[in-house]
Amino acid sequence: MQSFGAAASVSRSLMRRVAQVFCKDPRPSPHSSSSLYFVAQLRKLCAMPENDDDPICTRIIDAKPRVMTPSSKRTGVIAVKCGMTGVWDKWGARIPITILWLDDNIVCQVKTPEKEGFCALQVGCGQKKEKHLTVPEVGHFRAQGVPMKRKLREFPVTEDALLPLGTSIGARHFLPGQYVDVTGITKGKGFQGVMKRWNFKGGKASHGASKSHRSMGSTGQRDAPGKVFKGKKMPGHMGVDQRTVKNVWVYKIDPARNLLWVKGQIPGATGNFVFIKDSVFKKPDISQLPFPTHFAPEDEDPTKLEPLVAYLSDTDPFMAAE
Amino acid sequence: MFYLISALLQIIDREAVEEVRSNREIPEIKPGYDIQLKVEVPENKRRISTIKGTVIAKRNAGLQSTFRIRRHEAGVCIESLFPLYSPNIKEMKVLGKRRVRKAKLYYLRDRMNALKKQ
Repeated sequence: MQSFGAAASVSRSLMRRVAQVFCKDPRPSPHSSSSLYFVAQLRKLCAMPENDDDPICTRIIDAKPRVMTPSSKRTGVIAVKCGMTGVWDKWGARIPITILWLDDNIVCQVKTPEKEGFCALQVGCGQKKEKHLTVPEVGHFRAQGVPMKRKLREFPVTEDALLPLGTSIGARHFLPGQYVDVTGITKGKGFQGVMKRWNFKGGKASHGASKSHRSMGSTGQRDAPGKVFKGKKMPGHMGVDQRTVKNVWVYKIDPARNLLWVKGQIPGATGNFVFIKDSVFKKPDISQLPFPTHFAPEDEDPTKLEPLVAYLSDTDPFMAAE
Repeated sequence: MFYLISALLQIIDREAVEEVRSNREIPEIKPGYDIQLKVEVPENKRRISTIKGTVIAKRNAGLQSTFRIRRHEAGVCIESLFPLYSPNIKEMKVLGKRRVRKAKLYYLRDRMNALKKQ
């Protein structure tokens, strides 16, 4: 692409014809994103002046609810893991609960096919003071015109799920009863042996086993191949890896405090950031999900909202077993 | 921010306990009390069984508080652990109190008739 720098002499009429060929309809469809990007890059290199009514340069993303298609993908969200408790559901069954706090999630950057070549939303969570951030980070927030955030994460989305800059995403982005995938950095376990790290069986506890109760055993064959294969499972540092827990059931949503009550365990320690997305395998109901996100009506008082609990069956599951 | 998170969990726990206490009457339970419970067992076709015994231990953990009951049934001594705020405990009644000088009365496992009436 660098060799195109010499093509400054390409005529304007030729460029306009190329643009017309590639972008026939004024509203770009998802399929032409690569062609949009190609034309935008070509334009930049040829230093062509841009018009205001060009279909490529202007993209208006409005904060309105849209219709979700099966191929659409919504943003994810950044949350803080607050701790675990347990609840009894309405039938008396016990549910282990992790509480996740969506602390002030705001869209910090919108990545579009024209400029970056793909569709993504950069979401920020938490607050941070300017004196605690590096100068490049402060510059990024200032350039976007967005408050300073503690954690940033980019979520790839489809073009119809793009949100305008500065939109806040709350707990009502999810539905109680839906499944989500939660990604987090696991707790650090330090230098661990092979039994804990790789679930090895270890050695005999007695019957003459000499000092090899928890050891690795053999590491290979003899002089063929004469080496230990790469990737051999050995003791080492365990933990502090990014892991995703899939198909986590959302039990309850507290919109007043922006809390998500989720069933089961989540990677990471209390106080760490986790990233929540719609589940890939147990897909939620498209017609019910707020798409691209939940826009609160103007007259709604956020402190007066009641928590929403997942729908549990009307028939008693314990009595139905007979 | 860590103190915010721990405070948040405490608030949620307190609210849940208050909600359960406002719906149901839960008497004060201490080790050494003789109590009678009416427990609904969901796995056993929701039959309500009456359990009468002595409280030998109590663990305070907010909504997850539990207590242990030791009872004699058909010649066998049984110890059961119940969550204090469980919705399956339909009724709780204190029948009597005994004087004990410990928080956990596990020494009763080695003795018979060790407790004196108050």
